[in-house]
Amino acid sequence: PLRRYASPGIALARSAEEPSATTEDGGESHRHGGGFQMVQWEWSYVQTPYIIAIWILVASVAKILFHFSQRFTTVVPESCMLILLGLVLGGIVLLTSKKQLYQLEPGLFFLFLLPTIVGDAGYFMPARLFFDNLGAILLYAVVGTLWNAFCTGFCLYGVKLLGVIDQKVQAGLMEFLLFGALISAVDPVAVLAVFEEVHVNETLFIIVFGESLLNDAVTVVLYKVYMSFVEVGPENVQTADYFKGVASFLIVSIGGTMVGLIFAALLAFITRFTKKVRIIEPLLVFLMVYLAYLTAELFSLSAILSMTFCGIGCNKYVEANISQKSRTTVKYTMKTLASIAETIIFIFLGISAVDKSKWAWDTGLISCTLIFIFVFRALGVVMQTWVLNWFRLVPLDKIDQVVMSYGGLRGAVAFALVVLLDAERVPAKDYFVATTIIVVFFTVMFQGLTIKPLVNWLKVPRATNRKPTINEEIHERAFDHCLTAVEDIAGLNGYHHWRDKWEQFDKNYLSKLLLRKSVYRKSELWEVYQKINIRDAISVIDQGGNVLTSARLSLPSMASRASFPEVTNVTNYLRENGSGVCLDLQVIDNVPGAKVEEESETHHFLAGNLYKPRRRYQSHYSRHFMTVGDHERQDREIFQRNMKSRMETFKTTRHKRHSHKKDRSQKKAGIPKRNDWISCGGASGVEDEKGEHLEPEKEEDVGITFVARKVPDTPKERPKSGVSEPSMAPPSPTCSERNLPWKGGIGTLPVCVSMEATKIIPIDLQQAWNQSISSLESLASPPGPVEPLHPASAPLQAGRAEEGALSDQEQELQPLMSSSVRPPGPPPPPPLAQGLGRRRNPCVYLRSLVTAPPPGSEPLARSRGPTQL
Amino acid sequence: MGSRASTLLREEEIEEIKKETGFSHSQITRLYSRFTSLDKGENGTLSREDFQRIPELAINPLGDRIINAFFPEGEDQVNFRGFMRTLAHFRPIEDNEKNKDPIASEPLNSRSNKLLFAFRLYDLDRDDKISRDELLQVLRMMVGVNISDEQLGSIADRTIQEADQNGDNSISFNEFIKVGNVYILYIDIDIDI
Repeated sequence: PLRRYASPGIALARSAEEPSATTEDGGESHRHGGGFQMVQWEWSYVQTPYIIAIWILVASVAKILFHFSQRFTTVVPESCMLILLGLVLGGIVLLTSKKQLYQLEPGLFFLFLLPTIVGDAGYFMPARLFFDNLGAILLYAVVGTLWNAFCTGFCLYGVKLLGVIDQKVQAGLMEFLLFGALISAVDPVAVLAVFEEVHVNETLFIIVFGESLLNDAVTVVLYKVYMSFVEVGPENVQTADYFKGVASFLIVSIGGTMVGLIFAALLAFITRFTKKVRIIEPLLVFLMVYLAYLTAELFSLSAILSMTFCGIGCNKYVEANISQKSRTTVKYTMKTLASIAETIIFIFLGISAVDKSKWAWDTGLISCTLIFIFVFRALGVVMQTWVLNWFRLVPLDKIDQVVMSYGGLRGAVAFALVVLLDAERVPAKDYFVATTIIVVFFTVMFQGLTIKPLVNWLKVPRATNRKPTINEEIHERAFDHCLTAVEDIAGLNGYHHWRDKWEQFDKNYLSKLLLRKSVYRKSELWEVYQKINIRDAISVIDQGGNVLTSARLSLPSMASRASFPEVTNVTNYLRENGSGVCLDLQVIDNVPGAKVEEESETHHFLAGNLYKPRRRYQSHYSRHFMTVGDHERQDREIFQRNMKSRMETFKTTRHKRHSHKKDRSQKKAGIPKRNDWISCGGASGVEDEKGEHLEPEKEEDVGITFVARKVPDTPKERPKSGVSEPSMAPPSPTCSERNLPWKGGIGTLPVCVSMEATKIIPIDLQQAWNQSISSLESLASPPGPVEPLHPASAPLQAGRAEEGALSDQEQELQPLMSSSVRPPGPPPPPPLAQGLGRRRNPCVYLRSLVTAPPPGSEPLARSRGPTQL
Repeated sequence: MGSRASTLLREEEIEEIKKETGFSHSQITRLYSRFTSLDKGENGTLSREDFQRIPELAINPLGDRIINAFFPEGEDQVNFRGFMRTLAHFRPIEDNEKNKDPIASEPLNSRSNKLLFAFRLYDLDRDDKISRDELLQVLRMMVGVNISDEQLGSIADRTIQEADQNGDNSISFNEFIKVGNVYILYIDIDIDI
């Protein structure tokens, strides 16, 4: 009977079968038309995909339109609007073609639309929250759904006997029970659509949403059992069949879960070996999760359960195994698919309603169903919560119960199931379909519309939109350990005890099997730390990068190098500006040995995400925030060009890691207390290093330009404003600088990137740079005594021997690069004098800088003049 | 065993403990039997060794810290009263307790006491601040060997950086409360005893 309606799904099948026939027809007619047709109308050839694409386009445009008005969307949920739009579109189709061509096709829905939504939900399910509340979720999903189904079914039968429902509705007890079963399940699509806009607290959401996912098994089994009962007739049902029903429930639910978990393990295991073919990772995720769904369908197990558990199970391992890019891809693709599937579902729900064949209206049936599902939902929730609160540590209070009762939304699953009914076996099908449509519309539209005001009015605790912090991660772990220990001491085998056991098992066996070796060896805490840092890095850049540039903020990446004042400084700065981000990129290059490959991947990721936006930003920035002279702009262009060419050089150079080690450790030692750094107003020497390691960070340099200009006016203010490195010092021109034009160019440029910032440059690049520099320098300048020329470097040498023993000042001022591979050529006197004076007093230094520009950088210094003064 | 244990506990003692900790009568007797079973020396007090004999605690990274939390400063024995007082921190907050007169002395299982207990796990020297070193110690206990000192250091720095509000490079109790997701912590630190 449902084949009566033409539908995309059917059209798909048809056009797939007979494309040759239609094209032949077309070809013939063309032939009659005479000669070769330059343009041909090939509608039948493209019809199916074309229609699908058009529908998706309509859905997307609808989505865009709804979100035009911010005020509108906060009041009216999207799902409501989509259903309304579907009604309108359905009306148009009905008017034009006299019959409804489209409807929500159960096959299409169950095979394509639903899995995208469930897959997304399962994969991004907050696992910890889910398992913490698993007891409640299971209770509501199993007992609650059974309760709803039976009560609704029996009561409808009751009112039928009482005559409230018209005699036209030919249905017996089994039919009503069947109807009760399909109408009683809370629908995941509707719950997601409505609750995502309401933002109730996480616990409440996970209970309602988890219930809507896990009740699938109950619904599937009840539906099938009653279908078979209806088929054989109620009088032929034997007692054994009821037990079979119970057994079937166990098989369907546990089997579905097992299928999901098996696929999760399989997926995690496969992603262990995708190192060389990263590009295929997202596809694998989608494929396996979808296969979990299909396989469960294949064995008529609970597909939703299977997919949900596949998602939950694999998430931890897959996310750890796949690359960051793949992670982003998976996330966005899943969200895109789920969102478009949701849109299509609601539009098609609307369209399906506009169909004469579905207007089998019976007021008694509809109003009774509405009342019953609402009353029994509320009753069920109250009773189950009462039981549950005996066991729950944090009881669900009355407000929670109201929201849970009210949030029992019915949706497309019920509709698809009712459409699937066989009209010959269930004569009242049309009435059931009509009632289901009304119920779905009522719950989605009326309850969806009113749940927000209700939540506001009841003052339901909202979800806090909070980013995870490393503190939480640490404290949560500490608390877990603590609670486990206390349970052990008190001799309880409670929840924490078992979770600890599971975690031990996971760590000892599962993770070993499913995680890539390099990942397994990494600490989880460290992973979280990296993730948080990357997130912060991105958010800094997303803020336009001006946090870094305009504020002369350096990346506090040297945190680990025991430089507290520095960290505080940056933190304070961030706090002052309310940017709420902490950036620690040093994390990326800091991982010792062995994992270099994985590391470089992170680097690439960072390079991709960090620098590009800022590069783009630069031009914008310079136009808006700075009054740039022509000279300056030119400088910047030159600077950029130089940087580019240097990058080229690096790429072609190969280096040994070891040669760099020393240098690096020395750098570490050289990380000074930030305060000292500030007070001495920047170090000229550092510039070399900075310039070298900073290729991609051009924007920051620009920011510095800005600073450099300001500094002379108000030198005293700098420390207060949290300037971490305004190193606008002119270069002390070394031999190499004079001889290497590009180097000189850099030196004179107003580089103002923190030393810490250099840490985000990939190690290999740093090494490359240092190596090429040292080789070039050794060519350019003959070896000579270093110490007399640069007094500051002497202590540094000593300091290198015992790390961290150095006075901060000296380290700061030390041109790091030169201290390790410094060309011992005689530096010109002016820089030396400057260097000394600078150390004592920033003002003196600045003055000397202005009055006596270093000879090596004269041409560029001229151009810089305006900035500094 | 349980009945024998409860007979050893005098009725008025139970009443006092009940008043102090809020545990129910049956909980107290149950925990008392646990206490006596832990008390290998059978002298009415537990020593550190008694705790360390619990096998699960030996594999708990923070086991020693938690054992320490049971002992008052400078002592190496804890009696049943002290044992219960510490455990009382983990008793769930009950509805009727929330509405209690706020002026009355705070029960041991109040939220801030729970958090304070957690805070003390870090704060070894009891100066009401978690210093970087203290944090590092705890971190070192909790992570495996696969993480270098340097990495751990940067994690510690980051942690302090996030939490520290007054710039003293340590986490005070107030900062500790603010920084975590208090709601989650508050839920998580309840144990049904």
